[in-house]
Amino acid sequence: MADDATPVDERKFTLNFGPQHPAAHGVLRMIMDLDGEVVDRIDSHIGLLHRGTEKLLEYKTYLQGLPYFDRLDYVAPMNQEHAWCLAIERLLGLEVPRRAKFIRVLYSEMGRILSHMLNITTQAMDCGALAPITWGFEEREKLMGFYERASGSRMHSAYFRPGGVHQDLPQDLIDDIMTFCDEFPIAIAHIEGLITENRIFKQRNVDIGVVDEKTIMEWGFSGVMVRGSGLPWDLRRSQPYEIYDEIPGDVFKVVVGNNGDNYDRYVCRMDEMLIANDIMKWCIENMPTGEVLLAGSKVSPPRRGDMKRSMEALIHHFKLYTEGFHVPEGEVYAAVEAPKGEFGVYLVSDGTNRPYRAKIRAPGYPHLAAMDHLCKGHMLADVSAILGSLDIVFGEIDR
Amino acid sequence: MSEALKDLGAHIGGECADSVKEFYVRHGELTIIAERDSILKLAKFLKDDNQCVFETLIDICGVDWPERNQRFDVVYHFLSMRLNQRIRVKIATNEATPVPSLIDLHPSADWFEREAFDMYGIRFSGHPDLRRILTDYGFEGYPLRKDFPLTGFTEVRYDDLEKRVVNEPVTLVQEYRNFDFLSPWEGMTKELPGDEKAEKEQADG
Repeated sequence: MADDATPVDERKFTLNFGPQHPAAHGVLRMIMDLDGEVVDRIDSHIGLLHRGTEKLLEYKTYLQGLPYFDRLDYVAPMNQEHAWCLAIERLLGLEVPRRAKFIRVLYSEMGRILSHMLNITTQAMDCGALAPITWGFEEREKLMGFYERASGSRMHSAYFRPGGVHQDLPQDLIDDIMTFCDEFPIAIAHIEGLITENRIFKQRNVDIGVVDEKTIMEWGFSGVMVRGSGLPWDLRRSQPYEIYDEIPGDVFKVVVGNNGDNYDRYVCRMDEMLIANDIMKWCIENMPTGEVLLAGSKVSPPRRGDMKRSMEALIHHFKLYTEGFHVPEGEVYAAVEAPKGEFGVYLVSDGTNRPYRAKIRAPGYPHLAAMDHLCKGHMLADVSAILGSLDIVFGEIDR
Repeated sequence: MSEALKDLGAHIGGECADSVKEFYVRHGELTIIAERDSILKLAKFLKDDNQCVFETLIDICGVDWPERNQRFDVVYHFLSMRLNQRIRVKIATNEATPVPSLIDLHPSADWFEREAFDMYGIRFSGHPDLRRILTDYGFEGYPLRKDFPLTGFTEVRYDDLEKRVVNEPVTLVQEYRNFDFLSPWEGMTKELPGDEKAEKEQADG
């Protein structure tokens, strides 16, 4: 019982959210200090999915470390592998074959659709709409089929390799992706019809979680969190890698919002999916023929046929998959525009076959760190809407 | 590209001569080795100077070099969206010496510094809430230090009798197999593997 002399403000109380909650997008625990229904302070507790990826990477060869990247942002696996491969290639000074670059861009954009599709439909679910997620997952399932046909695995593909991609795409797969690209805008239009003008969705999201330029700079935002506020910042355009600088401007447009609220970010993601679809089409139309993995280099395995006849090829194969390749001493930071923002790998090599240190810079980490800042003064019900629009996946935040 | 970065490095080195030890451009990236105690001043300069405008703090991370006297590197990555350029700033510290926190300049440093503290035990002075962030409640030790074993020291399981999760020392059926893959042909020493047996045999007669 509180003493009469010290009055207790009955409006102020603390609420625990998560770690298991459908709107937590994984395992997020938040301690919320509330004043009535208004949020005073949020203390996020993360790390419930911490698997020590960075520590594990220090004990694996470069090639063995690659599949861990699928397990970071498991919604768009290949985009993560891309950053890892770019970092290794930059240290080794490798130039990837041209066809491999097109395949990488094709599958990165596929990952973008996978991620945005999951995000917008779960954001709608956080706001009470249960139908969109079933419609969106139908499209995701098709894309995962393409992942499987290229790599053998729906999610943890390990398809991008230092020096290119693991296997070439068969022509019928490319044809099927093209068919998907032709049909996808119709599917998007259907989902758009469900959400975009929906009264409840708008009431929950318009003018909620507004991000201004100061917040972007101070809290280290990237990706859609920046573009939703009207800043045309996209690493694919401003610091281009692979063949992004060759894609004509009428195919690859950088989408920006106006108000920087949840709703604008939703619209940006919708438009980015259509543009990703256009980029995929452009890649297929312009895809050159040729090698997909650097031939005759230390980082790629020899051909099966060579291994039957050549002793050196057999030794190379054995050494590559046991010892791995050595990466020259140095440090490099490689970043890609992942669906969620800037995904970077800071790689320190000591010249051996294992990374000395690999730091993974996940885009969701600073976004979630700003949760307290973004939610202050909002109502309790807005917290889940804001969390939904931050595009949080715990695989990459907890690492 | 690298010429422009060199000019930028020279500009920063000239303006902040007392905080910049050296700078270099490698792999198209500008790195600055800075003095630990003046990192706050340097970061402020990088943010405000109109040739730098490094307003976004991309990342803070630690790197452990146990054989060094100042065993930790603290590596900062900054990005300027306005001028489309990146920079890396490195400072060195040890277990006992705190690093000035950037939290007043870049609020995003909050979680990055907590992570560096959690993983390496690097201390940041001026950080208001330096708690562990990624590891479990009540975790001991700093997992990313090179002297911390990959398997860790404790394992958790749910105890059905006590009806709670218990921490126990880790038991391994088999030691973690850490192969030395480095080729003997490349790391050849005078002593050949197996030579010690010959001497032993001679001594045994």
